[in-house]
Amino acid sequence: MSEDTIAAIATASGASGIGIIRISGPKAVDIAQSLMFTKSGKKLDILNQPSHTVKYGFIFDGKEPVDEVLLTVFRAPRSYTAEDTVEISCHGGTFVLRRILSLTVRSGARLAEPGEFTKRAFMNGRIDLTEAESVMDIISSGNEFARKNALSVLRGGIYEKIRILRDGIIHETAFIEAALDDPEHYSLEGYGDKLKDVINKLLSDIGHMIALSDTGKVLKNGIKTVIAGKPNVGKSSILNLLSGEDRAIVTEIPGTTRDVLVSEISLDGIPLILYDTAGIRETEDKVERIGVERSRKYIEEADLVLFTLDSTTVTEKEDMEIYDCIREYGKKCIILLNKTDLGSSVADSSRFSYPVISFSAREELGISELKEKIGELFFAGAFSSGEDVYVTGERQIEELKSAAGSLKLVIKSIDEKLTEDFYTVDLMDAYSHLGNIIGEDTDDALFDRIFKEFCMGK
Amino acid sequence: MDNSLVIKDYEAAVVGAGHAGCEAALALSRLGIKTVVFTVSINSVALMPCNPNIGGSSKGHLVRELDALGGEMGKNIDKTFIQSKMLNKSKGPAVHSLRAQADKADYSREMREVLEHQENLSIKQAEVTELLTENGRVKGVKIRTGLVYITKAVVLCTGVYLKARCLCGEAITNTGPNGLQAANLLSDSLIKAGVEIHRYKTGTPARIDGRTIDFSKMVPQYGDRPVIPFSFSTDPEDVQKEQVPCYLTYTNEKTHEVIRGSLDRSPLFAGVIEGTGPRYCPSIEDKVVKFPDKDKHQVFLEPEGLHTNEWYVDGMSSSMPEDVQLQMYRSVPGLENADIVRNAYAIEYDCFKGIQLKHSLEFKNIPGLFSGGQSNGSSGYEEAAAQGLIAGINAAMFIKGKEPLIIDRSEGYIGVLIDDLVTKDGIEPYRMMTSRAEYRLLLRQDNADLRLRRKGYEVGLISDEQMKELENKESAIRQEIERLGKKIVGASKEISEFLTSIGSTPLVTGVTLEELIRRPELSYEDLAPIDPDRPLLSDAVREQINIEIKYRGYLEREMRQVSLFKKI
Repeated sequence: MSEDTIAAIATASGASGIGIIRISGPKAVDIAQSLMFTKSGKKLDILNQPSHTVKYGFIFDGKEPVDEVLLTVFRAPRSYTAEDTVEISCHGGTFVLRRILSLTVRSGARLAEPGEFTKRAFMNGRIDLTEAESVMDIISSGNEFARKNALSVLRGGIYEKIRILRDGIIHETAFIEAALDDPEHYSLEGYGDKLKDVINKLLSDIGHMIALSDTGKVLKNGIKTVIAGKPNVGKSSILNLLSGEDRAIVTEIPGTTRDVLVSEISLDGIPLILYDTAGIRETEDKVERIGVERSRKYIEEADLVLFTLDSTTVTEKEDMEIYDCIREYGKKCIILLNKTDLGSSVADSSRFSYPVISFSAREELGISELKEKIGELFFAGAFSSGEDVYVTGERQIEELKSAAGSLKLVIKSIDEKLTEDFYTVDLMDAYSHLGNIIGEDTDDALFDRIFKEFCMGK
Repeated sequence: MDNSLVIKDYEAAVVGAGHAGCEAALALSRLGIKTVVFTVSINSVALMPCNPNIGGSSKGHLVRELDALGGEMGKNIDKTFIQSKMLNKSKGPAVHSLRAQADKADYSREMREVLEHQENLSIKQAEVTELLTENGRVKGVKIRTGLVYITKAVVLCTGVYLKARCLCGEAITNTGPNGLQAANLLSDSLIKAGVEIHRYKTGTPARIDGRTIDFSKMVPQYGDRPVIPFSFSTDPEDVQKEQVPCYLTYTNEKTHEVIRGSLDRSPLFAGVIEGTGPRYCPSIEDKVVKFPDKDKHQVFLEPEGLHTNEWYVDGMSSSMPEDVQLQMYRSVPGLENADIVRNAYAIEYDCFKGIQLKHSLEFKNIPGLFSGGQSNGSSGYEEAAAQGLIAGINAAMFIKGKEPLIIDRSEGYIGVLIDDLVTKDGIEPYRMMTSRAEYRLLLRQDNADLRLRRKGYEVGLISDEQMKELENKESAIRQEIERLGKKIVGASKEISEFLTSIGSTPLVTGVTLEELIRRPELSYEDLAPIDPDRPLLSDAVREQINIEIKYRGYLEREMRQVSLFKKI
């Protein structure tokens, strides 16, 4: 348990109706006691306030009331951090919140670092590491997928997957060690081949998790999609069609001019962040050039370019410039041959080495093909939202890769016909890397397992 | 106090003369400390009250290490073994482990003789009843007869004797192993001095009259030829002698039925046993209950010595009532008519919580009080002896005002053993295992002398002559590896034919002998025919050369980890 008491504003910054200050640690209740009074300045008994109950009162700064609040006490270990915790619900507004926070600090709390409450919950064994990380993910999740995935991790999805992998590894290690310890009892004859099968299966499971993690990252962050094309090819109408009602989420990107709009949409579960360059003025030649330059910038940063051609006009220099730009940056690209409802195409889309979809924004044709293509490009065709759990943290992915590396060393040892005692070092390395993902160490796990599963001794 | 009751002849007292006590007493007296060692029975010096062997997986490492440091166990088993085997020979060198069957009576007698001839050492048959302290420091001990021994240091090697209680079904006696007298008073005195106590349990199987065993129904297990001695000081030629076999048989469903049918009479399952037993060393009733799917368990019959009929039934320790024991042993093939000479029993005893100790094995709170052996929560003769040696050495260092000898986890199994004992909250009797050593590849039984002998010399237990031998060995290894790294063999027809003939592949270009040895299918020995300049070297030196060259990559990887460990 921590020795010091931390405090922070627990609600999002910005103006809102109410705000919450959270205090956690051994002195949380004492601090609350020192600040909480009745309207007339009489003491309220917080010290003996039962867990999970609310009291009404006023926070005082010396003699002066600061705000009218509701104060909830959570006693250890039945709180989020498993420590004594107090939550003060006060009126929102940065000023009031900051003032109350500074009062808690004056009474002996320390300002919490970002994520410290969750860290304490983890340190105190309330949640495992993947859960802790996913709380941070939920807090910062930008879209529905990210939130769902974070929730699933929080429910222990990753934990369970990793646990199964670790279980397999430690079982084999315990067997080898039992056999080395009691060679007249357990034989390792022909064991290498059997172990190889087990490890190959583990490697494929880990590989699958790593592969999915790319998908997971894409899904978590959304696919940055730029609709590019020369003027009047119908970019705006495509954007309007794709965004539909989601268009309500339109926001301006701070720091850019108003000519690029972003909307986050969900194309049947695939999160796209559409960069709409349609706002670029296209009437005057000079500005048009600037428009192309701007498009270049967004193409450079995009995950996906929807290169739009007008099927009613012949392909010209401007189309080629955009095409070259997409190729130069090596972007994933889908060509939307728009306006196909107006008759057969005169545009020469076959010059471009990207998949082409016949599209009509007006008649709403080509959307399902587009979705399918995006699925192929980003999820190897196997996108299914909501079923798999994706590892998305960089740290977690690194540990998965290290674990796979250690397991490959075991295969190498087997292939080089090294004796079995060489296998267990790398097996335990893999075990410990996987343990790092869920915050479990290896202390004594091996011996527990040896004694549990293998009968040995006089 | 009446002065005639006070004896001031000794600087150190060792309580107990089992495997730990013998090593502690010998180390102290050999380091010039006037020492008295107490034992409840002069006939039980270095007694082996359980299994009749020394060594085994990882325990063999401990014996080698204590020998390198100047301990006695390795020498004593070399004198008294009746079968010897290197375990795991088909595995990597890190897990090779020597194990020898002992003639128990010889082992005990030989060790007693060593003690009796040791300068500065007196043996005293007496029960120590009290630890004497003054201002929180050790002052001496008091024995049952009232005599007081004033000493500067006390080493506790009380094994399983503190408040010992033996259980065989409903028959419960307050005795130590083998019916020996328990030490019933010392625990309380220690508790009063601030020592914290665990209650542990262990057990032993029955001894059976060899005349009633049908060995023809069992599979004989023979020793190795040639025998490799435990001690680095033993001449290998002296241990090539006649050996006796052990025998392998199995329990069966009938055995398990007998046990299952009588569980209500087992003190273990009836809740009579209070102590915590080791998981790795379960009694047969434990095995039957915990592993219900196993239809048989391995049983080894091991001779207790050359001049006795008694056979030890390895794999079937028990605390069942003797009538159940008789039925269960007699259900095993070859034991149908077995007569029990000594019944199996469980034993409970007081031991000390290891976390009260420093790495020197001195109690943190009681200067001058040291402890080594099973009383520190370990199990096994070898674990005990290794600690006894370190506790004895450090009691001597304490008296001399010198720095204690501390072996860390990267230097030896002894370091792993002591570090685990003194830093982890023990939950059961601790047994050494090779998997407990993080740097297993470096801590081999074959290089224990190269790792630790110098430390033994610095402490003062290794002679100049022994040190010279070590230096010669080191330089022989170094020079030969250097030579092999320079000596190039060409891709000639003869060489290629030779390599093909021994299952390797021909050379494309000239390579050094060292590179050839590194090939998985080749060894230093294999290349003798194409290496005429090779010097005459001992087996031990050749072994080191082979291992150092073949496993260099792995050894270096582990050494890098050690340097990280040392930084922490």
